[in-house]
Order: sequence, then C-alpha cells, then structure tokens
Amino acid sequence: MTSILPLTLSGATVKRGKKTLLGPVDMTVSPRGFTIILGPNGAGKTTLLRALHGLEHLDSGSARWQVPLRDARSRQGFVFQAPVMMRRNVRDSLAYPLIVHGVRRKEARQRAGLWAEKIGLGDMLDQAASQLSGGEKQKLALARALIRDPEILFLDEPCANLDGRATREIEAILQTAQANGTRILMSTHDIGQARRLASDVVFLMGGRIIETGPATTFFHTPSTPQAVALLNGDIVE
Amino acid sequence: MNEILEGLKAASWLVLTFDSDLVEITLRSLQVTLTAVAIASLIGLPLGAWLAVHRFRHRRATIALLNALMGLPPVVVGLVVYLLLSRAGPFGVLDLLFTPTAMILAQIVIVTPLIASISHQAMRDLWASYHDLLISISTRKRQRIATLLWDGRRALITAALAGFGRAIGEVGAIMIVGGNIEHATRVLTTAIALETGKGNFDLALGLGFVLIALAILVNVTTHMIGRTESEGKW
Repeated sequence: MTSILPLTLSGATVKRGKKTLLGPVDMTVSPRGFTIILGPNGAGKTTLLRALHGLEHLDSGSARWQVPLRDARSRQGFVFQAPVMMRRNVRDSLAYPLIVHGVRRKEARQRAGLWAEKIGLGDMLDQAASQLSGGEKQKLALARALIRDPEILFLDEPCANLDGRATREIEAILQTAQANGTRILMSTHDIGQARRLASDVVFLMGGRIIETGPATTFFHTPSTPQAVALLNGDIVE
Repeated sequence: MNEILEGLKAASWLVLTFDSDLVEITLRSLQVTLTAVAIASLIGLPLGAWLAVHRFRHRRATIALLNALMGLPPVVVGLVVYLLLSRAGPFGVLDLLFTPTAMILAQIVIVTPLIASISHQAMRDLWASYHDLLISISTRKRQRIATLLWDGRRALITAALAGFGRAIGEVGAIMIVGGNIEHATRVLTTAIALETGKGNFDLALGLGFVLIALAILVNVTTHMIGRTESEGKW
C-alpha cells in the first residue's frame, strides 16, 4: 500500500474574516519522526494542525498527500486538546472508529478491550466515557485515534490540563506508537515535553513558521531571537 | 367542583368495570396515536439529524419553515386531508375517509414537523460537539446521522413524546377526517367532545381523566424503558 506521506503544504493560509490565522506556510511532513510544534498562544499551532488534518479550509495554497484525499483522511488520527467524549461507554467509544470503517462489531469490541487494557482502562470498559477523569479521557481519546493504526497522528496539546503522571502515561503511549511506525505531529507549550519527545521542531509565531529543524539544532543552537527567548524561559508574545 | 367529583367517580367506575366502550375507544386512541407517532418519528427524527449535519443553500429557510409548521392549525390539516381523501379528491379511490387510517394520516401531518424540529435542535447541539471528531474519523454522512441518532436517543425520546402528547390530545383534524363514528373512528378526544355537546359532563370528565392517565402512563413507561433519568449509562 502506498504511504500517504510525505505531506506537502504549499503557501497555505487560513483566514477568519479579514484576520489571517495561519500562513502563508510551506512545510513538508516526512514519513518518519516526532514533530513538536511550539509557539505562544495565538501563534497558529492549532490552526496548523487542523489545516494539515483537513479540519480547516485553506483560503489559499494547498495540502498534498501521496494518495487521494479521501484515502489519506481515513489513515490519519487527531487528538483534540479538550477530548471529545461520545455518549457511549469506554468499549463502544474505542470500537466506534473500527465499526465505521467496516470492522465487524464483535471483532471491534474485542480490539477495543485490548486497547483499553493497554492504556489502563481495562476495568472501566462499561463505564460511561463522560464520567472518566481528565487523564483517562485523554488516554481514551488517544487510544481511539490510534486503534486503526494511523500513518500519521496529530495531537493538539494533549497534556495541557494533565498532571505529571497522566502526562508520562500519554508520552509512553505516543513513544510506543512512534516506534510502531506512526508519524506524530504534536503541539505543546511544555518545553520539557518538547525536549523529551521531539525529533524535529516547528516554531510558530503570528501564524508563520519562524524556525524549523531537527530538535537537537533547535534546542542547542536556536537561530532566531524569539526561539532563544522561548528556550531561556522568557515571555514570548 | 361537584362535576369534577362526579367525573372522577364516573372515570373510576368506567375503569374498574372495564367498560367495553371505554376499552374500545382507548385502544383505538392508542392505535391511531402510536401508529402516527411511530411513522412521524421514522420521518422526523432522521430529518432533524439530516438538517443538523447537511449544509445546503436554503437550509435556514427550510428550518424556519419546519419550525413554523409546528404551529399548523389541526383543523386546517384535517380539512386538507379531508379534501385529498374525499371521493372527488386525488386519493378518493383509496376509500380512506372516515377510517382510522385517515386519522393516522392527519396526525402524521400534524406531528412530523414537531418531532423533526425538536429532533433538529437536539441533533444540532450534539453535532456541534461531535463535528470535529466525526470528520476526523472520516465518517460518511450517513454514518454521522446514524451516530447522532444513536447517541442522542434520549433527546429523541423526548421529541417522540412531545409528538405523542400533541397527537393523543388532538381533536379537530381527526374529527373532520374520522367523523367520530361509533365503533369505527371514535377516540377519546372526539368522545369527550361528543359527550360535552350532549351535556354529559361527568362522562366527558371521566373520559378526560382516562386520557390524562393514558398520556402520563405512556410518558412514564417510555422514560423507564429509555432510562432517560439514569446517569452514567448510555
């Protein structure tokens, strides 16, 4: 099967009314790696992820996958900052993406059970998803995005409201997914998390990429004053 | 006050003795109303979800029209259905006028906009929270509608119950198309209208109490079956 990657974004802009939220942005997402998207609030991190995933309409420019869009879309996952919980129990929430893509209900529910075990929700299969804690909800959302083995996974600050333990659990799941071949793009405010996970970094400000490159280069020899300020812990606006 | 007490006594007597006319009228009321609500739900619930998910040119106008149709005057509906089903009308050959089927048709016309509109409001809110997720999972439009209907089923029970409430208490349209014929098309509401006209207030009140009890019974039963008040389980 042809890989959907690399993804090429050319001159992409996203506007709300007259305000430009993103762009113009040019970037290529290679088939391997763990890209961390950094930037202050309003920098365009969420918009960039949503544009790459196809949740935002591009006002100009293009996003090109290696396969037709419909096929590419079905081989991606997205984890939102505020996890969307369906009005279902844990098992059915996990089984849902499989069932809508043609997996038999019985098999889907079995695989959902296995994934629930993997993420530590094995004893909560029949519990309403809406009643889980914040960390459990985010783990469920992550497992729901990963259950179909997506080629690429987008995550919008998935650990923003989580404590250290939940963050560590999420990071472990992500590292396993990456090791299994899933390409990951994730936005975060947490520089420590970026250092732990990133293979490369995209630094956004004002809707534009102002610095991008391998994580080691970005963290050791940043080339822009804004990146230096960010890494020094100064306030970057 | 005396008439209400007499009504209560009459109602109790009718119920306790399983009065054959009352049983027949009650069963016909239920048959007509439940059939109409079931068919209206089959049309209205998916229509509401479809309107929540689908974007098209005159969507706002369609929703406004649907909301306006909730206030359709039943007597006018009855008149239109009468004209359609009368011998000179386009469906006269079906010979449906003054039958329970005609009453069901009239009630479907009255109740469908109500169910569709309430369904649309509930589905619109659910769609707002599910939108990004279902797009992200790459679902097809039909799957989105099915998901909304399943996950929003509690709200949809409320929509169907609202339809039932309107239909069970409806009198104008079914009087016109049903004719209130004894042992054929007489239902609780038309019987109440008839007994009131004859001055039999105690019997009319008795039938009224039965009607109210029936409406409450169906509501409570539906809530219990749908577990609409239970938390933590879907």
